[in-house]
Amino acid sequence: MTQGQGPILRVENICKMLGGKKILNSVSLSLNKGELKVLIGPSGAGKSTLLQCINFLIPPDRGQVWLEGTEVQHHRKRDLYALRQQIGMIFQDFNLFDHLNALENVSIALRKVKKMGRSAARERALAQLEQVGLGDKITLYPAELSGGQKQRVSIARALAMDPKIMLLDEPTSALDPELIGEVLSVIRDLARGGMTMILATHQIGFARTLADEVLFMEDGRIIEQGPPAELLAPNARTRSRDFCSKLDELYEENL
Amino acid sequence: MDTAFYTDLLIPALNRGLIMSIKLIIPSGILGLMLGIVVGTLRTFGHPVLRKAANGYTAVFRGTPLVVQLFMLYFGLPNLGIYLDAYSAAVVGFILCSSAYHSEYIRGGLLSIKHGQVLAAQSMGFSTFKTMCHIIVPQAVRRALPGCGNEIIYLIKYSSLAYIITCIELTGEGKIIATRYFRFTEVFMVIGCYYLVLVTFVTAGLHKLEEKLQIPGFGTIG
Ligand SMILES: Nc1ncnc2c1ncn2[C@@H]1O[C@H](COP(=O)(O)OP(=O)(O)O)[C@@H](O)[C@H]1O
Ligand SMILES: [Mg+2]
Repeated sequence: MTQGQGPILRVENICKMLGGKKILNSVSLSLNKGELKVLIGPSGAGKSTLLQCINFLIPPDRGQVWLEGTEVQHHRKRDLYALRQQIGMIFQDFNLFDHLNALENVSIALRKVKKMGRSAARERALAQLEQVGLGDKITLYPAELSGGQKQRVSIARALAMDPKIMLLDEPTSALDPELIGEVLSVIRDLARGGMTMILATHQIGFARTLADEVLFMEDGRIIEQGPPAELLAPNARTRSRDFCSKLDELYEENL
Repeated sequence: MDTAFYTDLLIPALNRGLIMSIKLIIPSGILGLMLGIVVGTLRTFGHPVLRKAANGYTAVFRGTPLVVQLFMLYFGLPNLGIYLDAYSAAVVGFILCSSAYHSEYIRGGLLSIKHGQVLAAQSMGFSTFKTMCHIIVPQAVRRALPGCGNEIIYLIKYSSLAYIITCIELTGEGKIIATRYFRFTEVFMVIGCYYLVLVTFVTAGLHKLEEKLQIPGFGTIG
């Protein structure tokens, strides 16, 4: 397969058992360069597990991952570390390094993984933090940042590695409602800038406007997938549609 | 009061002993803590085989009296063809023993660090080793520092056991004089004061270190 033609990421037949339960049941997906696919589905569906199988934070029991047409040999440590540098990951609860300030959080992987010099790493980290609107917060530690700021630092940290793909696992689910907007706006900018992404989220409105495709996951399988306009259309008879209207109702109740 | 006993005899001897004590304490304290960090990390995140080994190590060195360990090192090892002088045997014994205790504080510190940070580091291509070195251990050490400091204070006092294997340090020098002149109470009171001063200095140093390593979100110190 030639590069640039096929999908940038292809995941095939991923299976994972955890605690004697089938958490992922033969999941496949593929992602073209510049695409944003949104992963929705009830809590416990296996979204986080799927995303973590893609970069082998959770090694799948079966299945393959291809990055730019090359199958990932995740048993080779060197290949695995190289793969992970190319796939940025954003977590629901940020997972910033608590002993490092915002700037160091972003620069440490540049220095220790990419072997960049101290000042080059610093410059890059600074630019990345400015991009997410945190140029004036670089010396603050995670304990001194709001949730929204923490998530933006974590996005800057992932972007600094120049990933080809970003996996975002419910990046706004741990945030107070008034802080969701600032994080979504960073993600929107990324999408418009052509970043290739898989986004697990319950922000259906956001998904509807930006997603190229919606993947609906339940009980460890992707049971529906398609463009949001089809899957989530008001008259669509899909599980995705049901699920989303339930979320909408919940949201309205909260208003 | 007979001041000559103090100025000409006791104080010079104790000062000599104090220097030996410090020579025992400094390498034991530093290397003991470093080994403790390694052992604690292996016990928590190591390969299962290494984990077992490190647990066994800790069980042995926490489970047997330090005197027995020192005797083994000084009198037992020569049977295996390994000869340590009294000073080296004492330092090795202190390092091994204190690292076993340090490892427990470090383990507590490691377990208090959220696993998500491991995932975050690995998602950027950190190897397990680099994750430990740059992300997890620096935080765990900060959390373990009060406990490790406690262990170093203990070390200052149990360093007195070195005289039992003929490495004559502060307590040893004092004991020789006390026995020869049969003046136990006053000699040991002065020795006590020496240790008190030593511990006070080290406590202040540890406090300074805690302050230096202080980071928002890692608890506060007065
Ligand atoms: N380490 C584990 N051991 C056993 N079960 C697990 C483990 N991790 C996740 N699970 C289970 O896997 C299912 C899917 O989890 P997850 O991928 O986190 O779902 P989602 O992100 O869609 O909410 C859940 O039912 C969860 O309880
Ligand atoms: Mg999840």
